[in-house]
Order: sequence, then structure tokens, then C-alpha cells
Amino acid sequence: MDQHSFLFQAMVYLASAVVMVPLAKKLGLGSVLGYLLAGIIIGPALFGFIGEEGQDVMHFAEFGVVMMLFLIGLELEPALLWKLRKPIIGLGGLQVLATTLLITAIAMFIGLPWQQALAVGAGLSLSSTAIVLQSLNEKNLMQTAAGQSSFAVLLFQDIAVIPMLALFPLLANLPALDDDIPTNPTLVYGLPGWGKTLAVFVAVGLIILAGKYIIQPFLHIVAKTRLRELFTATSLLLIVGTAVLMSQVGLSPALGTFLAGVILANSEFRHELESDIEPFKGLLLGLFFISVGASIDFRLIAENPWLIAGLVFGFMSLKAIVLLVLGKIFGLKTDQNILFAHALCQMGEFGFVLFAFALGGGILPKDVVDILIAVIALSMAITPMALAINEKYIQPRIGTLEKIDEAEADEINETNPVIIAGFGHFGNTIGRFLRAHNVGTTILDHDSDRVDLLRKLGIKVYYGDATRYDLLHSAGAAKAKIIIISIDDAEKRLRMIETVKKHFPNLRMLVRASNRFDAYDQMNAGMLHVYRETVDTALRVGVDALKFMGFRAYNARRAARMFLKNDEFNLKKLASIRDQKVYINTAKVLIEELEQTLQEDLRNAGVLDEAGWDEEGLIKEAVGGE
Amino acid sequence: MFYIAPMARVLVQFAHPLLEKSRVQKQMIKQAQLVKGVTINDLYERYPEFDIDVKREQRLLLAHDIIIFQHPFYWYSTPAIIKQWLDLVLEHGWAYGAKGDNLKGKLLMQAISCGGSELAYQPEGRNRFNIRQMLAPMDQTANLCQLEYLPPFVVFGTHKLLDADIEQYALEYGQVLSALNADRIQPEEWKSVQLMNELCPIPGSFQS
Repeated sequence: MDQHSFLFQAMVYLASAVVMVPLAKKLGLGSVLGYLLAGIIIGPALFGFIGEEGQDVMHFAEFGVVMMLFLIGLELEPALLWKLRKPIIGLGGLQVLATTLLITAIAMFIGLPWQQALAVGAGLSLSSTAIVLQSLNEKNLMQTAAGQSSFAVLLFQDIAVIPMLALFPLLANLPALDDDIPTNPTLVYGLPGWGKTLAVFVAVGLIILAGKYIIQPFLHIVAKTRLRELFTATSLLLIVGTAVLMSQVGLSPALGTFLAGVILANSEFRHELESDIEPFKGLLLGLFFISVGASIDFRLIAENPWLIAGLVFGFMSLKAIVLLVLGKIFGLKTDQNILFAHALCQMGEFGFVLFAFALGGGILPKDVVDILIAVIALSMAITPMALAINEKYIQPRIGTLEKIDEAEADEINETNPVIIAGFGHFGNTIGRFLRAHNVGTTILDHDSDRVDLLRKLGIKVYYGDATRYDLLHSAGAAKAKIIIISIDDAEKRLRMIETVKKHFPNLRMLVRASNRFDAYDQMNAGMLHVYRETVDTALRVGVDALKFMGFRAYNARRAARMFLKNDEFNLKKLASIRDQKVYINTAKVLIEELEQTLQEDLRNAGVLDEAGWDEEGLIKEAVGGE
Repeated sequence: MFYIAPMARVLVQFAHPLLEKSRVQKQMIKQAQLVKGVTINDLYERYPEFDIDVKREQRLLLAHDIIIFQHPFYWYSTPAIIKQWLDLVLEHGWAYGAKGDNLKGKLLMQAISCGGSELAYQPEGRNRFNIRQMLAPMDQTANLCQLEYLPPFVVFGTHKLLDADIEQYALEYGQVLSALNADRIQPEEWKSVQLMNELCPIPGSFQS
């Protein structure tokens, strides 16, 4: 692709997303559907801006899924896995097993050989992790019982892909098509079925060992350089490298990175990796959804409209019924169960992977695979609409609407009255002071080394992004009395203020501010307790300077306190009359502000003249009287 | 700037640097809070760094007729913040001096608690002077500012007091405050006693 056409493609993708996603959100359909529609519009079906290269883009965009699985892997601490063991193995295992068997039986009934039927069943039993997580997160439904159950099932499916890919070669019943793709020869090219199966297990074992003994020490070295962008680069390299390795042994890159994520989940770098990759993930996932939209083969659909419509509807209904039955068995309430079934009834991106693999491995014939791929893509496109319909028309009719807050049965029992968000230089001084006076504090921080250290000292620390509602909730924000917002990032502080205001209205906030402007923003957000981080220290320097200039210590100190008091008063005054519009010329504003404060200082000069201590008046009266 | 109770005539200038551990003063200030028409100014809470806001304090004084200094008796005197308060607030030309008569005619009373017994505060006791002699500096401060100095309300021997005794003292202190607020204690009455305690208990019908 030459540069001109690459830029043109990039422009088409971005423009379509920028137009369609806000439109879809406005209509209450969620961003996923927006991306999918954007893909359909720019794809061969409508404008045909992309299409020839559709396959290329698809490949590139799959990287979004690869990253998402890495992130999902990262979330999987052993503790969380253990907590979710029942839904993962029970609910997830039964869903995959029951759906696979049912679809296999149907496929055999219509005349497919058992090997092909089983491959179809396995591939279609999987749902789309990308679409479901994105949609549920966007609707803030992840914390509900249905969201948690969906997560558990998706997790099992993602793991189940490993044995499926490993065992697929054993199902080979057609001449292999590997010869057709000589441009992309893999290391396992030409191995017999059992050899490929063995290769999968060897590769998985390799990733586990490498993650533990090579990648973690390497990350340590990189982290020591203290270059953030280098760490980001390393994270990306880690993912790309794993993906390449997995492709070489003929496995799904997504799986490899998922495993790498699981291995790193327990390392101290977990959160740094997460935050570094997050933006790439979002963008590439969007690209992935666009590609899915663009790859829907409308010509194939037009040729067999009833067959494909029937298959989409039939398979989705079948999956939904299995999900409803299992949800009922596992005690989901009606509204949650319906959401659960709506969320997971589509087929997913791993279906693409498995069927492409099955085609290459001589398991399924091309005509079957083409139809299945079209069915999967359509079902993925339908899911956001199904969720929207469920939300708008079905859920309101059900009485037992579960509140998000009540779904947290396994909430951690934490009763400290003070939460300190951010334990850097600023926060840890506060924390030490409070601890020295036996005030119970819970700490939120996202620096892995620091958290490790604090935990070793037996301090209650929560690890992660303090702006997140769920983290605040599990740290006990609902029961705490005050929260000290001392994180470094001014913008995050503002976001946190909004989160706390919305979800924990009774929690009193004490907020660190970087400077006057930050303080204005916080005051305008309704904060009463705002602390500028440099003002006290600067005044202490000023006091010492006054002392060296011959001022007496007590008066120098008093003057500083008066100065601070006046300054705080003026700060409040100026915040209230401040123009809300966004300033373009920041430098000019800074100067105007400085001018105003300097004038106020002059007006308040002479605070040292305390008449009660001054005998001037007495002397005058005594002398004048005589 | 400050809250003045409706119809407030009494201003309690309260000073205790370690209220957390107080037995007597804590009960007394609790009673004072229950009395209608009393404004309480907690000096250590208001000025933790001893930066008395002179203008605010002077406005408070002007807004009330009866000023009470309630504090433990430390080293035969007040806690440090009251001394700071006197030094700064009673400005020449405002509270005293040729033109300083803003406090003229107001009443001033001390409500104090002492570790020593009443017997200790006698010429033959270990403190050698009686309590009125000890309080002479505040008495004269009031005099210089043309305030009427009322006999003090004193709780003696606090170390040995039982909770029930303390409660009784606190109730009587509350009675004194409401009676003062309602102008029910006449000059001839307070001039006839050394300590305000001698007028207690004050019947409910005399308190309003």
C-alpha cells in the first residue's frame, strides 16, 4: 500500500467512525453498532472505499482483539479466578458444552459428517468477548449479576479456544488447504494432526515459562529506566512478539497474548501495562468492529437470504435458550437472566479464527465456512441492537429490576473512616500523619512497587485507578467519612470529584490542587476543602527569608499566616467571579491573575501592626495629657 | 461572620487547650450550650495558632451585654490564649484610654475550675491568697475598661469531685447564665456575695 492510499484509508476509517459512533450513541445504540455501521457504509456493500484491502485491514484490526484479550488476561489474578470458579467452570463450561452438543447434533441431522458437525458446533458455541464487554461496560452493566456471569462465561470460552484449536487437527477429514497459502508458511506446516496438537501444547508451555522467567525480569529492567514511553513500547512489543510467535506455530495470536496477560496478572506491572495499552486497545477494537462491518458479505447473503437469515435467527435463539436455562439454574433473576441471554447469544470473533483454521486444516469445506462467517458477522451486528431493544422495551416490563449496588455480595469488608487516593509524596505525608494519630486509613494507589512495599508493611492498600467507581466502592467509599484526593493528575482529580459526587454524596472530599487555576476548577466543581500544594511551602521559604532580613521569628510566622488567610479569601472571591469560558491565551490569563493577586496583597499589607501590642497610642496620650 | 443566638445577651469566651481530657469544663460548656440566649466562642478551636481576629472579637463584644470568661484556672491565671486575647482585643482607644469606652456598662464574669480546694485558697492555706485576690488582675482589667466585674463562678477541688458533683456544678452554672441573660440577678445581690455560687441554686422561676 503506498503512502497516499494508506493516508486515504486512514482518513476513511477515522471519518466514518467520527460520524457514525456519536450518531449511534445519540440514538442509544452504543458505540459498537456505530462502528459496525461505519464499516458497512464504507465497505464494498455501499461505498466501496475499502474492500479489496478488507482482508488486510481485518488482519490489522484483529490486533485490537489481541490487545483486549491481553488486558482480559491481565485482569485474571488467581484470587479473582478462584472467586469466580463456580460461574466460570459451571456456567461457562455448561454453556460451551451444551451449545456445542446441540449444534453438532443439528448439523449431523442435516447431513454433515460428525467431524465437521463438531467443528461447527464448537466454533458457534463461542460468543464475542469484544462486543459483549464493550457494550456492557459502556452501559455500566459489568457490575450487575448478568454482567459478572457474562464475564465468567466469556472467560471460559476464551480459555476453551486453546484446547479447541489443539484438538481441531484431529478432526481433519478433507485434503488440507495449507498448500493454498504458501505466502504465509508456518512452523508447523506439514505436520500430521497429532504433531500440530503437540505443537500447541509446547507453545503454550513456552509462553508460560517465558512470561515467568524472561518477560518479568526484562520489565524490571525497563521500568528502572523511568521512561514511560519505553515501557509503553515494551508492552506493545510484548504483545506483538507473542502474537507473531503464536502465528508461527499456527495458533491464534489472541490466545497467546491472553496467556501472556494471565501470567503477568500477578506481577507488579499489571496496572502499568493496563494503562499503557488501554488507548491502543480502544482504537484498534473500533477498527476491528469497522472491519467486521465491512467484511459482511452482502452478495452471499443476497444469494441465500432465507438460509442465512434462518441460520442467524436459529443459532441465536438456540444459544439464547441454552443461556436462559443455565441462568435460571444458576439463580439469575428474570431481568438479569434476559440481559445475560441477550448479551451472549451471538457468535464471536473466535468463530472467525476457528473456522479459518478449520478451512486451512481441511476440516470444513469452503462453502460451509463462507456461510458460517457471514452468519457470525451478522449475529455480531445484531447484538448491539438486541441489547438496545432489551434495554428499551423488554427490561421496563419486568418488575424485578436489580439495582447495581445490591449486586455486590462479596464486597470487601473495609471500615476505615479515611480513604487516601494517591500515596505519592503528597499523599504519604498525610497518611503518615494520620496513622501516627491512629486514624484508620485505606490507601488507593497505582504504583506497583509502592503498593508492594505498603502491603508488606501490613497497610491496607488497593491497587488501581482511583477514579474508578468499582475500586472506590470496594475500598469502602460508601462507609468512609472523608476521602483525601491527593493523586498527581489534575484532570483525574476532577474526574474523581465527579465520581464521588455522583456515587458517594456523603463522602467529604479534601482535594489537593496544583495551583490557583486548578483550585478554581475544583471550587467551581463545588469543592470546599481545596489545598494548593505549593503555597504553604513557598510561604515557609518566605518566612525564613524575612527572618534573615532581620524580622523577628514570631512576627514573620504570623505574617505568613495572615498572608495565607487573605490569599485563600481572595482565591474564593476570584473563583466566584471567574469567567467560565475556556481560555485560549493562557499566558495572558496568568499575567492578569498575577496582577490581581499582587494588588490584593498590597491592600492587605501591614498585618504586622497589631494595635494591642503597640504602645504608640498610649505614649501619645500620656505625653499629650501632661 | 459569627452566629449570635437570637436575643443573645451573654457571650461565653471559652478557653480550654485540652478539652478532650476535661471533666468539669466539658460538663459546664455543655450546660452553657443548652441555655437560650448564650453565644459561645471557643477560642482554642477558633484560633489554633493564636491569631486572634481583633475586628471579629470586638464586634462580638459590642453585640453582647454580659461577657463570661470560662476556663480552667492555670497557674493562678487564665490559659495563654485569653491573655493573648486581652493583649490584642482590648485596644487603647477602643476599650480603654481617653476615647475608649466601647465596653462601658457591660458585665464581666469568670467561670473557673481549680484543682485546689476552697480551704487551700485562704491566707492560712497553701495558696496563701483567696480566690478573689488571685483574680484581681481580671477584676482590674474590667475596671479599667469600665465593665462591671461580677463575683466569679468557681468549682473548687476538681480532682476529687465525683461525676454527680460535677453535674450539679454544671447545672448551677447553667442557671447563673440564664438568670444573667434574663436580668434576674440584681446588683445588690451580686455585691453581697464573694462567689456567684453562693446565689445557687437559682429556682427555675427566677431564670427567665
